[in-house]
Amino acid sequence: MSGATVPADISGHMLDLDEDEDLEVFSKNTSLADGNPMPNSPDSMVNQFRLDEENEEEQQGAINKDIFVTVDNPESHISAIETFITYRVVTRTTCSEFDSSEYEVRRRYQDFLWLKSRLEENYPTLIIHPLPEKFVMKSMVERFNDDFIETRRKALHRFLNRIAEHPILSCSHHFKVFLTEEELAPHRKLGPGFLSRMSDTMRAMANSVRGLRSKLEEFAVMQEYVDDFSNKMCSVDKVTHRIIKEHREYMDELKQYGPTYFQWAESEELLAEPLKGVGSCVERCSKETEEQIQHLSEFLVPTLHEYVLCADTLKAVMRRRDNIQAEFEAKNEALASRTTDKEMLQEEVDDLADRVEQANNALRGDWSRWRTSMRADLKSAFISTAAKNVDYYEKNTYKRDRGGSFDLNLNLNRGWMRYMTS
Amino acid sequence: MAEDVKEESVTSNDESDLVASDGSLNNKMLTEGSCLLRRMEICVAEAEKRSGKNAVSMQETYTVYLVETRPMDTIAEGRNPPPDSLWRRYSEFELLRNYLIVTYPYIVVPPLPEKRAEFVWHKLSADNMDPDFVERRRIGLENFLLRVASHPVLSNNEMLYHFLSKEHGWKEMLYETGFQAKADSRLRALSATFRVRSPHKRLVEIKHYSDGLQSHTSQLLRARTRVADRLYAVYKVHGNYGRVFSEWSAIEKEMGDGLQSAGHHMDAYAASVDDILEEEEHYADQLKEYLSYAEAVRAVCRKHELSQFELEMASQDLISKKQQREELATGIVRTFSLKGMTNKLFGQEAPEQREAKLSLLEELIAEGEETVKEKTAECNEHAEKAWADIIHFKDQKDKDLQEALINYAFMQITMCKKGIQVWNNAKECFLKM
Repeated sequence: MSGATVPADISGHMLDLDEDEDLEVFSKNTSLADGNPMPNSPDSMVNQFRLDEENEEEQQGAINKDIFVTVDNPESHISAIETFITYRVVTRTTCSEFDSSEYEVRRRYQDFLWLKSRLEENYPTLIIHPLPEKFVMKSMVERFNDDFIETRRKALHRFLNRIAEHPILSCSHHFKVFLTEEELAPHRKLGPGFLSRMSDTMRAMANSVRGLRSKLEEFAVMQEYVDDFSNKMCSVDKVTHRIIKEHREYMDELKQYGPTYFQWAESEELLAEPLKGVGSCVERCSKETEEQIQHLSEFLVPTLHEYVLCADTLKAVMRRRDNIQAEFEAKNEALASRTTDKEMLQEEVDDLADRVEQANNALRGDWSRWRTSMRADLKSAFISTAAKNVDYYEKNTYKRDRGGSFDLNLNLNRGWMRYMTS
Repeated sequence: MAEDVKEESVTSNDESDLVASDGSLNNKMLTEGSCLLRRMEICVAEAEKRSGKNAVSMQETYTVYLVETRPMDTIAEGRNPPPDSLWRRYSEFELLRNYLIVTYPYIVVPPLPEKRAEFVWHKLSADNMDPDFVERRRIGLENFLLRVASHPVLSNNEMLYHFLSKEHGWKEMLYETGFQAKADSRLRALSATFRVRSPHKRLVEIKHYSDGLQSHTSQLLRARTRVADRLYAVYKVHGNYGRVFSEWSAIEKEMGDGLQSAGHHMDAYAASVDDILEEEEHYADQLKEYLSYAEAVRAVCRKHELSQFELEMASQDLISKKQQREELATGIVRTFSLKGMTNKLFGQEAPEQREAKLSLLEELIAEGEETVKEKTAECNEHAEKAWADIIHFKDQKDKDLQEALINYAFMQITMCKKGIQVWNNAKECFLKM
């Protein structure tokens, strides 16, 4: 019997209406556990990746992506109660699951949060690309500041596209609803209520206190990696921010430095040209530094930030997996000490065992997929940064070259003869 | 050592014969019209730390510099004799320079390297004993000697020659010239504020120019120091990438190698800034030299102003004496004076007294006229010579600073090329990730 994605404890919540779809997905998944790679499994994707590193993004897309999503056009909505931003979400798809080939809806951040939490519930051990963070007061950025909105928009765009690229998540019912329904509000009311979520959390806490009996070696290794990765990502992120800060201060000083040459040039005759030459090189340098900062902020910083958040996602995924295992172990223990109702309990235990199996497999499958895309993302971000730095130095060299070819012809007499005869 | 050199070229040992009226040395070494540097190779070869007791019997550590000289003709003949050498302290160089300033008030005397490290960016030591500072000072002192020895006027100076050849007793010789007293009185006079009625137009312009030069170079140097500080920070922070990449590579499989080598390049990048900024210090030193030169130019202008002022005072004095004479002679008081009042009140003096006064006045007037004539000549000569030397200075400045700026541009190009290399290497590593 294929396991349900819904927790066995069904007290007080409503079932997902389209559970069957999810079940189908999971039956596909169990065949994965047999080790037969599917056409769009992570393994074949990795092969594809190695073949053509240049167009890897496109290749991946060509294989399994038939949903293309864009997030743009932020608009603010002002109502009596609140002000918020909505984003336009446009979907183009050839997927047969969708009734139409094009959809356009407007969504606000809360809607994205909803989607994410549903996905997490339904696929607890899949690795879902992180959402941009909620607005944090202390960051001193205005909620409706253009840069903040733009950064968020890009991150939301990436979020949806990562889901669209994911072989399992892209088939999620909630995802489809998110992309296609005009009004999300009625759908948001359905699904596990607040109380059931509370009980889930409490059970999870209880389980974690009990601890796991035995953890598979591979997951222990994974956990260690996740912890280390999290540390490293935070460090890289911090160093990058520090670099940006230093660049900025360097640029500010350059802006003061350049004018000293021009000021001096005003009181010189023969030296005026060379002085102005050096001054304009310094000016150029500060402009290039500005561009460099811009590039870092636009490309490297968001990617690193996302992977810092990813590390947290991974930790949560590991926790959820552990909880599923703990639940199973708890019930299993209970079964061992029971004498009556053994049959029913056995069923539950079997259910849970399946769940554990599926959770582990899902994680395994997604793990290498995640590793690949992490590698690709960070690699391209670093390459882009390095390339930009090369470009920065090249532009400055060129400028210096031109500025350096001052008139070496020391026509000394020209200026002073004139002066002396005056 | 120095004795050999002397014997080769000195005709007599009597030093008084050697000195001409204008202080230049009658010596084959220093023929009129040619500069010392053509006859003699000079360099400041080394620096050494010494310890000793100073004037107030306190133990102190100081640095001495080895001044080496070699007569040019022996080199030209193919012989390669070892150079003559002696050790000098920075304070002795200062003494020489002060002497030259007093002796040649209309010459822009080349400056010494800075006494204390200024325009220091944070990594650079402000300690006078720091080896980098000492090295740069050695270069500056050599530069000073070369400039002085190639100056058309200064190179003929006897004290300069003795500085280069007579290790002991040079200071005493210097003090015997009595220049200290002149220096003190000049200093006092210059620091007083005085106004000149008819200033020398061109020299005033030069003074303003030198003020500008001073302020522009010091602004530039200050800004450059701050830029150097920031550049240092930018490079060094990348060293953190090196460390983190290295740690990160340990937990990654496929990405490990690429990350590790990229990390090494980041370390190299961070380390490269030390050489870059060390080189830039030479550029800063060249600018500092002209910052000090600006002061020297200003001093020449001020000294002329002082001469001019003294001339004007002398002229004023002469005029008032002549007026007094007229009054005495004619009995008509043109201007109000206490004498006039007392005369009116108490009656005029006896004719004999008047005669005595008149003849005294005549004497004073004759003296005064001589003084004015002398001072006028002195002033004009001063202005002429100063102007000539200032032209010479300006040419040199244009040439030197143009070269300095070009070198600076090349330094920056080199820095950029290094940067290109490092980041291309890093990119290669990232591609292998």
